[in-house]
Amino acid sequence: MTADANHAKYPLMENAADSLQAASGRPLSEITLEAAAKGDLSIADLRISPETLRAQAEIARAAGYTQLAANLTRAAELTAVPNEELLQMYEMLRPGRSTFETLIGLAEKLESVYHAPVTGRMVREAAEVYRARGLLRRV
Amino acid sequence: MTESRRFAVLAQRDINKETFVEPWAEAGLMVTDSPYDPQPSLRLENGQIVEMDGKQRADFDAIDWFIAEHGLNLSAVEEAMATPSQQVARMLVDINVPRELVQRLASGCTAAKLIDIIRHMNVLEMMMGLAKMRIRRTPANQAHVTNWREHPALLAADAAEAGLRGFAEVETTVRVARFAPLDALAILVGTQTGRGGVLTQCAVEEALGLRLAMKGLTSYAETLSVYGTERVFVDGDDTPWSKAFLASSYASRGIKVRFTSGTGSEALMGHAEGCSMLFLEARCLLVARGAGSQGVQNGSISCIALPEALPGGVRVVLAENLLASMLGLEVAAGNDALASHSAIRKTAKLMLQFIPGTDFIFSGYSAVPKRDNLFGGGNFDAEDFDDYNVLQRDMQVDGGLKPVNEADVLAIRRRAAQAIQAVYAELGFPAISDVEIEAAVVAHSSDDMPERDLVPDLAAADRFLNSNDTILAAVKALEKSGFTDVANNMLEMGRQRVAGDYLQPSAIFDENFRVKSAINDVNDYGGPGTGYRVTGERWQEIQKIPQMKSPRQFIDAQIGEPSGKLVEIGPAARGEQQEVVIAVGPAFGKAMTRTIGGLEHEDVLAAMLTGIASEGLVARIVKVYHSSDCAAIGHVGARLSGTGIAIGIQSRGTTVIQKRGLAPLNNLELFPQSPSLTLETYRAIGRNAARYAKGQTATPVPVKVDNGARLRLIVKTALLHRRETEEVRPDQLPVELLFDWEPNL
Repeated sequence: MTADANHAKYPLMENAADSLQAASGRPLSEITLEAAAKGDLSIADLRISPETLRAQAEIARAAGYTQLAANLTRAAELTAVPNEELLQMYEMLRPGRSTFETLIGLAEKLESVYHAPVTGRMVREAAEVYRARGLLRRV
Repeated sequence: MTESRRFAVLAQRDINKETFVEPWAEAGLMVTDSPYDPQPSLRLENGQIVEMDGKQRADFDAIDWFIAEHGLNLSAVEEAMATPSQQVARMLVDINVPRELVQRLASGCTAAKLIDIIRHMNVLEMMMGLAKMRIRRTPANQAHVTNWREHPALLAADAAEAGLRGFAEVETTVRVARFAPLDALAILVGTQTGRGGVLTQCAVEEALGLRLAMKGLTSYAETLSVYGTERVFVDGDDTPWSKAFLASSYASRGIKVRFTSGTGSEALMGHAEGCSMLFLEARCLLVARGAGSQGVQNGSISCIALPEALPGGVRVVLAENLLASMLGLEVAAGNDALASHSAIRKTAKLMLQFIPGTDFIFSGYSAVPKRDNLFGGGNFDAEDFDDYNVLQRDMQVDGGLKPVNEADVLAIRRRAAQAIQAVYAELGFPAISDVEIEAAVVAHSSDDMPERDLVPDLAAADRFLNSNDTILAAVKALEKSGFTDVANNMLEMGRQRVAGDYLQPSAIFDENFRVKSAINDVNDYGGPGTGYRVTGERWQEIQKIPQMKSPRQFIDAQIGEPSGKLVEIGPAARGEQQEVVIAVGPAFGKAMTRTIGGLEHEDVLAAMLTGIASEGLVARIVKVYHSSDCAAIGHVGARLSGTGIAIGIQSRGTTVIQKRGLAPLNNLELFPQSPSLTLETYRAIGRNAARYAKGQTATPVPVKVDNGARLRLIVKTALLHRRETEEVRPDQLPVELLFDWEPNL
């Protein structure tokens, strides 16, 4: 897709509503007050899908916001990680929490289990820097 | 102790409650240009940065490393670093250089290079730069809504009012951390009652914040703090990588992310490494961008008093905002924390962001009273709403707010309080009583609210957090209770999360949930006549403060039944007798019947005549038709007077004692402050005029000096003068009046 075509699609809510789906797979058109009132919706129906995050990443990239695009790409990858585990992963990346090996293990898990190569690469980089800068767990 | 009484007065001024210190580079107490700040440098080898700001790659700390890997656009670095800093500074203010070009150059600048650019700029130039570099075309504002009781009905009501007043984002925080889910729920329900599409957040510890977001209770997060030295970053219990991971985590759940940084935090946390605040802030901004944050809350934020203690501090805070916008980041521009005791100083500081406009002029305008603000007191509070609206109106500037009227505010507060009451009832939380609703509708602060039992509320908060209930439970409760519009708005916040349009830079929603961001509302400022302009409906809205009156009825109080005691008897001739002439304006006693001070013209005349009679003199009354000017009226009177002495009086009451032969604008005594004149003054004026007429001396009539009168009454004065001028007949000669009155001596 060209940069202009990405621009033209924004906002997706106006220009691509028919193709939007929640993380649950439910089409946006079915996310209605009626459905909510009947109790037919779950929070997964209000979660963004990895496809939509990738589309937003492309829009950001086309507009010159390279780093935001990279963030949204990592976000697309992280949609696969369950809430509690996501919190645990964040905790592992905080200073002094993990050994080098634990971080490499985290990167491998992201890459193999969650198919999150971009995030995995970032965790590997963190492991290297933490080792060089004394930010790993001391005991 | 001061000897000078003036210095004693100055010592009591609010400005002298502040702390002012001299710079101390080693302690990081220097806003910019520390001798320890590095010189800009950058060296690339095989597409990798091997030297940055004088440091070799092997010596990089974690922050250098992160910036080198993620913060700079390598395709721009060589051109950016080779462009003289002064040239970039000039490009910032040159209307012929588009924003995109400067943004591209800035994307290749190291931290030291960025502050080297600022070195060439004064605040005016930086404001010009900010107007151009702000990424969203339309400026906006964010509110803080908290209260120390953490009362749900008051939170909802205040959040609704904030929405109605125009805030595009509302942030709350907690006194007791466990309250977070209920506080977040209350401002979500409140904002979506006040105005659909307001983004909300609850500032708490990161992991808890993420849990709230996952429940759909918040739509943005800006608590992701970054710091400019490695030690402080680690003391903040994060690294650039953990923060970047957190940013992606939020985005993965459809949450808008904004980082927080600001000058002074490193000095405050004890590890500034001798660097200037601005240099460290530039590093923060490069980390924020590198982590993929769409924006930043900066402008010293809670540390603001520290740069303000130092020379040039306010300038450097503006510089932070400018640097962030140059880097393509949305700027929520501080102005949130209490920055000064002095109303003059805090307002002056605000102008640096208010006039150029930023994405959010405040990263938290306290929409509650200072004491209810759990962020530590706002720099502008609920008490300042009217001042703020007037500032917008004065300068034709869009500060993101709009005037509201009381009835609308009461209605929206009631509806929001009732909505949260319904949600509490349906979800089985401790009931919110009707008494609490009524209190929240009219409340200004927590002090106006009945006490709640916090123990069951906290238990409910814990249950809610740990349950599977989410925003959907609240939507269902609202729909069931008849709050369909609020339910719809809340669900729409969820649907927008599915679309993710508000993850783009500087995104907000309008009242129809149409997203406005730097993608579809791009700042296209290119000099006069371009970019965002306050025009049309928005300008009308800003103008129409409820305090505004129609000027058409302003002078009704000065108009009564024409005096039956004043009769025109024919052309006025020059007198030969020992007399004083009282020359009145063309509207006197007829088109207008009272002075600006509310004195009846008949009574004023009687008072002056009494004064003249008390000196044993007589008076003639003359109406001047060809002029409404006080000096001209008095001048004509003096020409007609047998003694050459006259009193000239305009219908609004402004009076002069005039003597024939003096130039029109010279006089014996002038009484310009007509609102302060009493009947006693007019009697004294008559007395003095009579003494002058007899060739005697007189002590000038004392008058009360009221320097506020002009400020209060200038519109009325102008309209009264206009009314009198309407009665001017240029060709009509002065007419003598008969006044049906006997002296009572």
